[in-house]
Amino acid sequence: MSEEKNDLIDVQINGEWHSFPKGTRMIEACRQVGVEVPHYCYHPKLTSPGNCRMCLVEMGMPPRPRPGDDPPEPDETGHLPISWIPRPAIACANTIAPNMGIRTESEMTEECREGVMELLLANHPLDCPICDQAGECSLQEFSVEHGKGESRFREQKVKKPKNVDVGPRIRLDDERCIMCSRCIRFTDEIADDPVLGFTDRGSHTVLTVYPGRELANNYSLNTVDICPVGALTSNDFRFQMRVWFMKETKTIDVNCATGANITVFARENKIYRITPRQNNDVNSDWMPDSHRLNFHWIESDARLTDPLVRDGDKHRLATWQEAIATTADKLAGLDGSEIAVIASARMTNEELLMTSRLVKHLGAGHVDVVPREGENDGYLIAADRNPNTNGVMLVLGLENPGSQLEAIKDGIAQGRIKALLCLQENLVEDAGFGSELLSKLDFFLTSYPLANPTADIADVVLPGACWAEKTGTMVNVTGRLQRLNKAVDGPGQTLEAWEIIRDLIQATGGGNGIYSATDIFKQLAAEVPEFADLSWGQIGDLGIPLIETGETIPLLEREKERIEKGLIVG
Amino acid sequence: MSAIYKSGKEPHAKEHRIIFKNVDREGWDPSLSMYETEGGYDQLKKAIKMEPSAITDEVKKAGLRGRGGAGFPAGVKWGFLPPNNEKPVYLICNADESEPGTFKDRYIIHQDPHQLVEGMVISCFAVGANLAYIYIREEFPEGAQILEKAIAEAHEKGYLGKDILGSGFDLEIYVHRGAGAYICGEETGLIESLEGKRPYPRIKPPYFPAAMGLYLCPTIVNNVETLCHVKHILEAGGEEWSKIGTPNNTGTRILCVSGDVQKPGYFEVEVGKVTMGELINDMCGGLKEGRSLKAVIPGGSSAKVLRADEVFTVGRGDDARELTIWDIPMDFDTLAACGSMAGSGGVIVIDDSRSISWVLNNINNFYAHESCGQCTPCREGSLWMKKITDRVVAGKASPSDIDTLDSVARNIDGRTICAFGEAASWPTESFVEKFRDELVADTNPELEDDLLNAEALTAAANLG
Ligand SMILES: Cc1cc2nc3c(=O)[nH]c(=O)nc-3n(C[C@H](O)[C@H](O)[C@H](O)COP(=O)(O)O)c2cc1C
Ligand code: SF4
Ligand code: SF4
Ligand code: FES
Repeated sequence: MSEEKNDLIDVQINGEWHSFPKGTRMIEACRQVGVEVPHYCYHPKLTSPGNCRMCLVEMGMPPRPRPGDDPPEPDETGHLPISWIPRPAIACANTIAPNMGIRTESEMTEECREGVMELLLANHPLDCPICDQAGECSLQEFSVEHGKGESRFREQKVKKPKNVDVGPRIRLDDERCIMCSRCIRFTDEIADDPVLGFTDRGSHTVLTVYPGRELANNYSLNTVDICPVGALTSNDFRFQMRVWFMKETKTIDVNCATGANITVFARENKIYRITPRQNNDVNSDWMPDSHRLNFHWIESDARLTDPLVRDGDKHRLATWQEAIATTADKLAGLDGSEIAVIASARMTNEELLMTSRLVKHLGAGHVDVVPREGENDGYLIAADRNPNTNGVMLVLGLENPGSQLEAIKDGIAQGRIKALLCLQENLVEDAGFGSELLSKLDFFLTSYPLANPTADIADVVLPGACWAEKTGTMVNVTGRLQRLNKAVDGPGQTLEAWEIIRDLIQATGGGNGIYSATDIFKQLAAEVPEFADLSWGQIGDLGIPLIETGETIPLLEREKERIEKGLIVG
Repeated sequence: MSAIYKSGKEPHAKEHRIIFKNVDREGWDPSLSMYETEGGYDQLKKAIKMEPSAITDEVKKAGLRGRGGAGFPAGVKWGFLPPNNEKPVYLICNADESEPGTFKDRYIIHQDPHQLVEGMVISCFAVGANLAYIYIREEFPEGAQILEKAIAEAHEKGYLGKDILGSGFDLEIYVHRGAGAYICGEETGLIESLEGKRPYPRIKPPYFPAAMGLYLCPTIVNNVETLCHVKHILEAGGEEWSKIGTPNNTGTRILCVSGDVQKPGYFEVEVGKVTMGELINDMCGGLKEGRSLKAVIPGGSSAKVLRADEVFTVGRGDDARELTIWDIPMDFDTLAACGSMAGSGGVIVIDDSRSISWVLNNINNFYAHESCGQCTPCREGSLWMKKITDRVVAGKASPSDIDTLDSVARNIDGRTICAFGEAASWPTESFVEKFRDELVADTNPELEDDLLNAEALTAAANLG
């Protein structure tokens, strides 16, 4: 069976012969050789209903000799002649066959595309100037390439519901809908929440949400991404920003250990939206709404923008030099056993390497991170809600992250631990450290992006960059090494954690010479066996497998089954 | 036994009644006991002693072509069932009868339901189906009840259910009432509907019913009339039965004549043995007083129209001959050679009192209303065509609208998921081709530069 699958089949595309594995869809064969077939309803992760007809192409097969006639002779390349079929074929759902011919640029194909475009636009409102999808709308794009440029449609357009509330995060404009059914298939096949469907028929067909239900599942916003037009829009993003003004940064989600690949869209240092980025080994084409929308806090008024040092009952603004010098001063008289460091499994490997340096340099007797456990949602969200627990284990060398927290609490309570450096965590709210307990410390430093009750007690408060403001690597739940890329600058004086730690090491008499996260990565590659010989560039946009964890991502497993069954391309 | 028919309903002398033998019979009722008085279920008794494949062979020998529309050979279709299949096989009787101009299946169902049940049991035995459905159009509520009753009677007598007549063969037949849409008659739309979904036709490939039909299992879909014939094929033997009708166009079929004739109705004839002229002039009593023939739609509303004064060249080489509309033998192959089709057997006669624009608009209304809306060309095109012909009829169209009309039809034809695309576009294509002058005469050249809808202008501007 698997051998058969690897069988290669010769197919002629626009006059050139190529070989593809048996079972390849015509549209994918074309794509593999750089021939784009326009399409709307086809999505490689969903079943193919073949409803939009945009992908029609001219197709041919070797002629079938009539009884008594000689079979066709192969040409000098060993291929049979092709007799072109007068009826066009959809490229999305049909698989290739031996000696098949495909023409994507012929008169027939062009006529089909023009015809379908004209029909799609006939009842379309063409309200591009006020449509959010403008700039990333397949209808707009293909109509430029394959449209007639003028309308022969003299009739009244069909009127349909506009601005329909289909769920808490999504709005529907039925007049823009081209009835490709992608959203319906997504909710049914991927999200297991088939609340969308069509009612009425013919040109009056409308997309609707089932009476009494709403499109509210935690993956609902993926429908907005795959809607080829501006029919489904995100309440969070609609009317906020034209897509062509935004800068796109490829990075990863940090809300759980899956590390969904994402694109951050920002303009003038403000994030407007996040969309999933395809990675078939991590998140396929999808991401949960709860993670996608968890970015507005980055702009919050509660962001720390400057270092603060304690002045009596209050904090006052300080320079970085002063804050770091104060810290060095306080640590100077202490024995390593009296110092604890609590880092974060939200840190990058580079930050963790710097943390481990700091721990060694100070001889700190205690080190740990704050674990975050939730439930695996059965789709993409991992039970581990920290993005880099595997990095903590590999780089910081903690065998059992979180297991030392109680001992640190005891040490503080008993006065054995006198100084605590908290890097990028919120101990009071997320790790059960009481304010009273923390007040016992002689010296307490915390760095975090947001002001919080932990900061209230600290002697030194440092403004740390958040995930979107820094660069580094993380190791996800399946053991994949992935890159986090800086999308925006942090506010005010914020620094990335590795910079803060570098300065701390320097101020306490340690060496450095590190100027960038990529520099630290080189040291990781030199020092941590799992990273041996790896380079920053090698990781690429999609990451690379680093270690075996035996963990799987449920949604991906289901997609694999569907690929096996030939239901989807994948 | 020679049957006596109700007065005024006697079959015409040129008819050859097999399927409709019991329709309009004096003293006949749809009960099982009545059916049994004339050899009812005798063919089933014979069938269960045969090899199933031998029954399929008889059907193949008979050359029975489907009576639902496409005229595909039934035996060949049955032969498409995958040979090493391990899934259940289903048989579905298509009783959705909704092609305009067609009204034959309902009479079988209403007056002779056991003929269908017997035909189905034999067919199921032949193809190895233990579960069968009769998908009956929603608008036939009484027909559904009659079938339910017939099935219950057959069950009681052991013609249905477990171990039919001691043969070890099990079969249940369920009546499923349709969803009230023309597209439910398209076999894959029907299957989706039967599965409880919208009747959106499936793409072929891969969803050929014989391989991946109901619940993705091998499924045979046949028309009511087709399945009834199976019983008679068994009775006569395939070879003998194939002598009825003409070569490659065997058996009888029921022609349903509607429109501008003296006596519209149903006529069961030997396929190809009756000409259009005989049908209209003899069997239907001719055209209406003082009228002349303008056109005929010979196979249900989706068939291409034939113009009364056309000369058709059929046959090839030495066999080539010219025919007038009156000479056309009513068979599959000749009607196809004339550029139309025998389709569902619905013959729609149009005389000179009719406005062609109105007729075409009437048809376009139907298809615009019935397009399921799944695929772009048919969804948008069928309504567009209707809107254009609406304007033609209302005198609000310009001559170039007729060109647009034609090109919209050609943008549908051959580019859709299911054959509804052809059904919807062939009328327009053929009417424009054959009656362009008449359509253009209903338009107004002065409207040529008027963009009739200001909205379209704004929209076009926005696109730029
Ligand atoms: C739009 C459309 C409507 C159809 N409606 C009917 C119908 O009402 N009854 C029917 O028997 N076949 C109908 N058909 C044909 C069926 O798809 C199918 O070919 C037929 O039931 C097969 O039976 P047969 O081979 O016995 O003719 C329709 C086809 C199309 C494309
Ligand atoms: S809303 Fe968008 S995705 Fe859904 S059917 Fe319409 S066009 Fe397709
Ligand atoms: S051709 Fe028409 S009826 Fe058939 S699937 Fe497409 S829209 Fe539906
Ligand atoms: S992409 Fe829609 S029919 Fe192929």
